[in-house]
Amino acid sequence: MNNSNMLLAAPEFWVLSMACVILVVDLFLREERRGIIHLLAIITLIFAAIITMRGDYASEGVRSALAFNGSFIRDQMGDMLKLFSYLVLAIVYIYSKFHLRQFRMFRADFYTLSLFALLGVMLLISANNLVTIYLGLELISLSSYALVAFDRDSRTGSEAAMKYFVLGSMASGMLLYGMSMIYGATGSLDLYAISAAVANIGSDDPMLVFGLVFLVVGLAFKLGVVPFHMWIPDVYHGAPVPTTLFISSVPKMAAFAMAIRLLQTGLGDLQGDWSQMLSVLAVLSIVLGNLAAIAQTNIKRMLAYSTISHMGFVLMGLLPGSATGYGAGMFYVIVYSLMSAAAFGMVILLSARGVEAEKLDDFKGLNQRNSWYAAVMAMVMFSMAGVPVFVGFFAKWLVIKAALDAGLVWLAIIAVVFSVVGAFYYIRVVKLMYFDEPVTESPIEVPVDFRTVISLNGAMMLGLGIFSSSLIAVCMSSFGA
Amino acid sequence: MSLKLILVLIPILPLAAAAIAGLLRQQVGRAGAHWIAILAVAMSFFLSAWVLYQHMYGGLGTVNISIYTWMVSDGIHFEIGFLIDHLSTLMMTVVTFVSWMVHIYTIGYMAEDPGYQRFFSYIALFTFSMLMLVMSNNFLQLFFGWEAVGLVSYLLIGFWFKRESAIFAGLKAFLVNRVGDFGFLLGIAAVLYCFGSMDYAEVFSKAPDITGDTVTIIPGFEWRWITLICVCLFIGAMGKSAQAPLHVWLPDSMEGPTPISALIHAATMVTAGIFMVSRMSPLFELSDAALSFVMLIGAVTAISMGLVGIVQNDIKRVIAYSTLSQLGYMTVALGVSAYSAAIFHLMTHAFFKALLFLAAGSVIIALHHQQDMRFMGGLRKQMPVTWITAWIGTLALIGFPFMSGFYSKDTIIEAVHASSRWGAGVAYWAVLIGVLITSFYSFRLLYLTFHGQPRYTVDVGAGDHPPDGIVQHTPHESPLVVTVPLVLLAIPSVVIGYLTIDPVLFGGWLSDSLPVLSQNDTVAAVGEHFDGAVAMAKHALSTAPFWLMISGFVLATFIYRIRPAVADQLQQKLPGLHRILENKFYVDELYQKTFVARTIGIGNGLWKKADDGLIDGWLVNGSARLMNNLSARVRVWQSGYLFHYAFAMIVGLIGILAIWVMLK
Repeated sequence: MNNSNMLLAAPEFWVLSMACVILVVDLFLREERRGIIHLLAIITLIFAAIITMRGDYASEGVRSALAFNGSFIRDQMGDMLKLFSYLVLAIVYIYSKFHLRQFRMFRADFYTLSLFALLGVMLLISANNLVTIYLGLELISLSSYALVAFDRDSRTGSEAAMKYFVLGSMASGMLLYGMSMIYGATGSLDLYAISAAVANIGSDDPMLVFGLVFLVVGLAFKLGVVPFHMWIPDVYHGAPVPTTLFISSVPKMAAFAMAIRLLQTGLGDLQGDWSQMLSVLAVLSIVLGNLAAIAQTNIKRMLAYSTISHMGFVLMGLLPGSATGYGAGMFYVIVYSLMSAAAFGMVILLSARGVEAEKLDDFKGLNQRNSWYAAVMAMVMFSMAGVPVFVGFFAKWLVIKAALDAGLVWLAIIAVVFSVVGAFYYIRVVKLMYFDEPVTESPIEVPVDFRTVISLNGAMMLGLGIFSSSLIAVCMSSFGA
Repeated sequence: MSLKLILVLIPILPLAAAAIAGLLRQQVGRAGAHWIAILAVAMSFFLSAWVLYQHMYGGLGTVNISIYTWMVSDGIHFEIGFLIDHLSTLMMTVVTFVSWMVHIYTIGYMAEDPGYQRFFSYIALFTFSMLMLVMSNNFLQLFFGWEAVGLVSYLLIGFWFKRESAIFAGLKAFLVNRVGDFGFLLGIAAVLYCFGSMDYAEVFSKAPDITGDTVTIIPGFEWRWITLICVCLFIGAMGKSAQAPLHVWLPDSMEGPTPISALIHAATMVTAGIFMVSRMSPLFELSDAALSFVMLIGAVTAISMGLVGIVQNDIKRVIAYSTLSQLGYMTVALGVSAYSAAIFHLMTHAFFKALLFLAAGSVIIALHHQQDMRFMGGLRKQMPVTWITAWIGTLALIGFPFMSGFYSKDTIIEAVHASSRWGAGVAYWAVLIGVLITSFYSFRLLYLTFHGQPRYTVDVGAGDHPPDGIVQHTPHESPLVVTVPLVLLAIPSVVIGYLTIDPVLFGGWLSDSLPVLSQNDTVAAVGEHFDGAVAMAKHALSTAPFWLMISGFVLATFIYRIRPAVADQLQQKLPGLHRILENKFYVDELYQKTFVARTIGIGNGLWKKADDGLIDGWLVNGSARLMNNLSARVRVWQSGYLFHYAFAMIVGLIGILAIWVMLK
């Protein structure tokens, strides 16, 4: 094994260099030519995807490769998650450009910050060492804090950023503390070495379990599951929509990867413990997320609580500790990111000049104003609710099946019951669009790239549902299931 | 283009058109919607015709391809795939051609309707669903297509959803079809249970292995699995193809716009049951009991529905009952293992029945949506094209020699005659007498509509909704978008039987894809005496069906042209018979009094006590209240204060610590 094969990290190097290039290029651009930044960012993502796909580390029998002395890992799960991160970020850019232009916030900062966050996401996905995990996590967090406060003059934005920063620091602190405990117990930062050490020590070492609790808390904060979810509604609500769009989608995939790396790779022998912790968190999230979403009148807050419940479902995939469960969780998180991007994309679409369409009532009578966009939103909502044929159904079905296979019938029942409760607020949006009279007759005018991407993004809900088997197969094979 | 791509395009084009016409209606406009739908269906037709040509002359064999796997559950593959053999190619071509004609016709018929684009979206969607149904190579996709055509059918029966009667008809069609579909679903479930697969090829190849297996449903009473499967599947076909006693929805479905009656409720969807049974011939062949059941149901439908058709006054209802009766003929053919004859009649019937419906629609347009034949008459002068094409359709329907209907219907009658299956004797008499009845009601329709003196008056100042018998303008011939489809459908109605009976039916082209056990092969038995289409027509002059048809014609001419008073006298002389027919054998009343009344009774009871009280009051509203309460409470926790949030995190941390570290 070649431990210093830097080429494995080529996608990361590329994104890092391009983020710096964009930072510099922006200094020499006049205001009206800022479209170039957008273009550069998209090109960055396209080439990142090409570089990632060309990585030829895998050969017969070898499914992963290490670099930087074992602190960096390339494998199929990582590559898939990275590719979907690029895709979702590209979607985010195209939706955001329209919004940022309309709200006079079209500055390069959004692009550089989100590219640095993407770098963090990629690092976290490929982390095989506690330090790399922390590095990636902080890179995402610090960029996200700044992104939330991106609209400097907005009071709610600054408030949300402040809350996010304080709570995020607390969570980081807890995570670090947990890491130090693990290090203390096993004497290593390397996840493979930790795993080997845990096998030696045995799973009932109190120090290990103590450390595990703190790791799970840090993880739970990042995923935003109850009771570490409090930041989510305020941040989603307070931040500008493009930021919400970003932090609700891409970093979730990184958080999932972090859970896999820490819990499966590193502490797989403690599965009995963390599986129970995760099941408590999952149930709380699914119940509370769906309940609280019903009472919301603001669509951003509603989607925030919906995120919380979705993350509960992702945990449900993780906690059986089976390969099919991990695969189901991965499929869920990818599908969730695409759904979330489409949903916030619709919020941006409806924002009239200078006024954000935050209220659920803004969706009233959308079918009469534009039946296609109404159909797109309906597909997204049905998918989120888990109506069959739409891709969200398969995501839910797979995680529930994984839980059932592990004998967790009570968990599956709770998940199904609260999916029904959740269906209420998703389908309420559909009802508003089709059966209520519109409050405004103003036509919806968006640029052609936005129109194309939102249409494709909505059609994905149906398309991926009808052709779900190949993506499911890729997710499953990432874990050898 | 590869064959696979072509096969995928055939159903996808109408689907895309349906999505565009329905969802982008603000963008494409009215003309855009009809152009897109018509072009897509035309493309589908030409591609289907190309595949048909390849099958006939290009040496293309049976194609069985899987497009993709939708999902895998417990080792059972749910796939989307196509089985393209002679049967499915023929169906695809017929479906797309009739659909294409109806699309064009719709421009004229629906010109002033506010739901114009919705209508095009639905019929394009229907074309897609029907194609998925006939092209399928597995039971799952068959069921998908089956339900999808049903869905579009309900949507279109209730197309004018502000009319009370249309809503009722839609509901009725839906409920009756649920009964049939319940059987169908049980049949598919039994197939899955017995064979562990949904794939046609696999099921058919395993079918002979289970002929001896039995199942006990009622204690002490053993069924063969294969009979159970076939009967269940056929119950599905009875619902969709409107066989007695599940026929009651079809006459009411005439509430939908006329192009729909032509496309869905005459030419294509209602024949899905016939198609399905033919497709399943390897299963049905193994159960004589099931086939006898099929044959008797068909015979009852063929004769009873024809009788009811005699006393109807609504022009569309007469044709609807005629459709029921003809579907009965096809079902009888299935029952005597003459699958290819049934499909052959299905094809000819699709052309001439669509023609008759569209001609009726043309009359209806001319008389401003007057459908009662008692207020028509003498229209041949004003509407020559409609008149002539209606005559052609009628001659084809009654089986006049050389017309398409003659070849298909005569073959069925001969096949029934040749069959020795239990019940074939009764069925033979039923289909023979059916010829007389068909001829009688068909000429009655022609005479009442196009001949004699007008029984309506023209009153320019009559207003938008004049009473029966008064029209605002003198009727005139319909526009070209209406008459061109009539002419295009009239051509195959005349020639298709003459041209294709030799190669397609008796030449074994169709029966290639319809396996029949040799001892049951009635079509081959009939084919032994066949020496050319002309000879068959000449020979017909000395057979019973021909003279029965002529007597129907003479009788109708006498009663409705020469001595119109006779009709009323007969009605008075035979009040009992007339009342029974007028009330359609009281089947509707029977259902209304028994099932519907009971169901409504039980439903009301459940609704008031169980639903309002227990479920709504306590469970639904109760849980909704609970959820709302909880939800409001949960919302309060989100106070907005940072220290509350931090506190929640700490509590969470301590909670987890307490459980796992302290208690361990």
